Amino acid sequence: MSFLDYAPAPESQAVLNLRSDYGLFIDGEFVAGRGEPFQSINPATEKQIAMIAHADAADVDAAVAAARRAYDRTWSKLSGSDRGKYLFRIARLVQERARELAVAETLDNGKPIKESRDVDVPLVAAWFFYYAGWADKLDHAGVGPTPSARGVAAQVIPWNFPLLMLAWKIAPALAAGNTVVLKPAETTSLTALLFAEILQQADLPAGVVNIVTGGRDTGRALVGHPGVNLVAFTGSTGAGRAIARSVAGTDKKVILELGGKAANIVFDDAPIDQAIEGIVNGIFFNQGHVCCAGSRLLVQESIHDDVIDRLKERLSTLRLGDPMDKNTDIGAINSAEQLARIREITDIGEQEGAERWSPDCVLPETGFWFKPTIFTNVSSSHRIARDEVFGPVLSVLTFRTPAEAIAKANNTPYGLSAGIWTEKGSRMLAVADKLRAGVIWANTFNRFDPASPFGGYKESGYGREGGRHGLAAYLKPAAGRAAARTVTAAPAASVAPAASGTASPASAEKTPVSRKKAAK
Amino acid sequence: MTRLAVPKTYKLYLGGKFPRSESGRVYEIRSHDGDFLANAAKASRKDARDAVVAARSALGGWAGATAYNRGQVLYRIAELLEGRRAQFVAEIVQSEGVSAAAASAQVDEAIDRWVWYAGWADKYLQVAGNANPVSGPYFNLSVPEPTGVVAIIAPQTGGSLLGLVSAVAPALVSGNTVVVVANETMPLSAISLGEVLATSDVPAGVVNILTGSPAEMAPWLASHADVNALDLVGAGDLDWIHLEIDAAETLTRVLQPENGPDAASPSLSRILAFTETKTIWHTKGLI
Repeated sequence: MSFLDYAPAPESQAVLNLRSDYGLFIDGEFVAGRGEPFQSINPATEKQIAMIAHADAADVDAAVAAARRAYDRTWSKLSGSDRGKYLFRIARLVQERARELAVAETLDNGKPIKESRDVDVPLVAAWFFYYAGWADKLDHAGVGPTPSARGVAAQVIPWNFPLLMLAWKIAPALAAGNTVVLKPAETTSLTALLFAEILQQADLPAGVVNIVTGGRDTGRALVGHPGVNLVAFTGSTGAGRAIARSVAGTDKKVILELGGKAANIVFDDAPIDQAIEGIVNGIFFNQGHVCCAGSRLLVQESIHDDVIDRLKERLSTLRLGDPMDKNTDIGAINSAEQLARIREITDIGEQEGAERWSPDCVLPETGFWFKPTIFTNVSSSHRIARDEVFGPVLSVLTFRTPAEAIAKANNTPYGLSAGIWTEKGSRMLAVADKLRAGVIWANTFNRFDPASPFGGYKESGYGREGGRHGLAAYLKPAAGRAAARTVTAAPAASVAPAASGTASPASAEKTPVSRKKAAK
Repeated sequence: MTRLAVPKTYKLYLGGKFPRSESGRVYEIRSHDGDFLANAAKASRKDARDAVVAARSALGGWAGATAYNRGQVLYRIAELLEGRRAQFVAEIVQSEGVSAAAASAQVDEAIDRWVWYAGWADKYLQVAGNANPVSGPYFNLSVPEPTGVVAIIAPQTGGSLLGLVSAVAPALVSGNTVVVVANETMPLSAISLGEVLATSDVPAGVVNILTGSPAEMAPWLASHADVNALDLVGAGDLDWIHLEIDAAETLTRVLQPENGPDAASPSLSRILAFTETKTIWHTKGLI
C-alpha cells in the first residue's frame, strides 16, 4: 500500500433533504412547469437525483410578469438599506446551510466536495454579504448621483459553478434594485432550487427572484423576452454572440462573460514550486471547467523540461474519483456531452502531432471521467492551443523572450484571464500591462473575490462582475443628467443646457460601460 | 483688381497622409446656398480597411504613451485649432449656412472640448480604477485600459466640426486609435481638422478620417474583426440595427445612435465606454 492509498472519506449526504421533483420558482412559490420535466443526474454515478420542471415560453412569460410586478409594487419602493438587509439575511442563510449546499452542488455537478465546500459556497455567501452593503450606497457606485435600477434582469448561468454563478448574478442585481428571472444550466438546477428555499426563509418579497429551469429553449425565451431590461449571461462565446445579435437594436443592457483560452506564463526565474501548484490549480481546478482556466502553459524554453517533469510528478499524486470523497482532487466531468467534446478535441490534438500524457490512474466504471492530460510539443496553430476545451487538458508551448510570451499569450480572440510567474516585480508589471485580458494573476491563479472585478476583453465578452465595477451594468444613471460638464457661453445650437429638461431620458443616459440606449 | 483664389483639394486623412480615395471617386460638396465648394474624396471599403490597418499599427504607440503625453498632444490640437479658427469659421459659414457668430461659437466649443478631454487623459484612470480589498494576501488593482481600434460614424446633423470632435476626442483620451466617417454632406471641416491633427504631434494613424457615404462604409467597419468598438453616434439614419448585428460577430463593443443637439455631449462615460477594466492580482509574501 503506497502513501497515496487513503481510506475512503466520503462526506455524508444525510444533510440533504431532497425532493423527488422540483417545480419552477415563480412569484415566491414552486409551481409546475408546462414543458416536459427532465432528470438531473449525478455525473459521477449517472443516477437520477431528481426530476426538474421545464419552463416553456408561457412559464418564462409568467416569471417575467412576476418580476415586473415585484419591481413595480415592492422592490423599487424599498429603501436601499432594506434591500441590503434582505441580502445580508441571504448571506447568513447560505452560511448556515453551507454544508447542505456544498453536498448538493457536488452531487449535481460532480466537482470535488473540497472545492464546493471550501471555494464555491463560501464565495456565494461572501458575494451576497459584499453586495448587501452596496444597496444603500449606490451614489458611490461610479455612475453618478442617485442612479436607479434598470428593472427586470434576465440572467442565464452555466453549469461549472452553478450556485456561485447564481450569486454573481443575483447579488449585484438585487443590491442595485432590480428584480430577477434566472435560468440555471440544464444539468445543474439543484442548488438554484435550494437557493429558492433560502429566499423563502429570508422572506424575500414574492417575485423579486424567479427561477426558471429548463433547456436552451427556456434560455432563449428569457433572453428574447421583450419585458426584460437587462440580459446577463455567462457561457460560451458562441451563445454570447447569438445573444448580442438578438438584442441588437433594443435598449437591453447586456453583460457577457464568455469563453477563454488563458495563457499561464512561466518565466525562468519563477518560484518554481508555487508555479507548479499554480499551473495545476489553473487548469485542473474544477476539472478544467473554468472559463478563465490557464489552459495554455507558456513556459520559458530554458526551464521547459524541468517544469514538465515536475508537473508530471505532481499530476501523478492527484486523486481522481468519487467527488464526495474529501480527498478527491479531480471529480467527474459534468455531462456525457461535455465528455464527448473533450475527447473529440484531445483526439484532434494527437492527430495534429502534439504529444499526449496522462498519469496512470483508474477511472471509475460509471459516470463521466477524464484523466488530467498534458499536451507537449504544441504549436500555436493547433486546435488544442486555440479552442476552449473546458476540461482538464493543458497545452504546453514555449517561448524565449518576454516579447514572444506576450505575442503568444495575446494570439487568441479571447481575452479573459492570464497568469504570470516570475520573482521579478518589474517584469511582472511590464508583462501585465501588455496582456490583453481582463484578469491577470501574478504568482497565483484562479483567485476570485466579490470585491474584485472579473470579465473579459475581446471575444471573452463585456461588462464586469464583482467589485464596484460589477454594479455598473445593473444601474441606470439618473435621467436628466446631461453633459458632465457645465458649458459656458455655448451656442444654443450646439449644446443643450444640462437642466433644460428637453433631453430625453435616453439621450441623457451616460453609462460607464460600452452600450447606450438609442435616442430615436 | 481682385486676386484669384487658390482652392484646396480635399482628400482623406489616412495613416498620417492625405491620399485620394483608392477608388478614384469623388463627390460634390456644395454650400448651403448650393454653390460648388469642392470635390471630396468618396472613400471606398478598401479605404476603410486601410484606415483600420493604420489605426491598428498606431495603437501600440498611442496606448503606450504616458498619460501626461497624451494629454499634451490633445491640448496641442486645441492650440492649433485656435490658431486656424478663421479658416474653420469660414468653412462652417459656407457649408452650414450659419452666421459667422454661430460658426465662431461652434469653433470655440470644439476647441474647448479638446481642452476638456485633454485634461482627462491623466485622471480618468484614477476616477474609474480602484484597489480592491480582497480576502487574502494579495495586491489587487483594477484599472481601465483602451479598448483598441474604435470605428466612429460621426454625427450627421448639427455642427459638422463640433460633432466630429465630440465623437473623436473621448475615444483618444485613454489611448484608442480611431477610424471616423465624417459628416457626409459637410465633410470639409473634418479634412481641415485632419490638417490640424497632422501638425499637432498626433502620431500618424491615431486618427483616420474618411469622407464619403456612411451607409456604404459602415457595414465594412462594423463587421471588421480588427475593430474593437463601434460608435454609431451618427448612424441614426442608417440601418444601424444590422450594423449592431454585424458587430456582434466578434463581440465588438457598440454605442448606439444619439440624435439631437447634445449627441456625444462631453462626459466621462464617453471616455470609459471605450475602455476595458483590467484587474491584476499579485501575491504578497508572508513576512
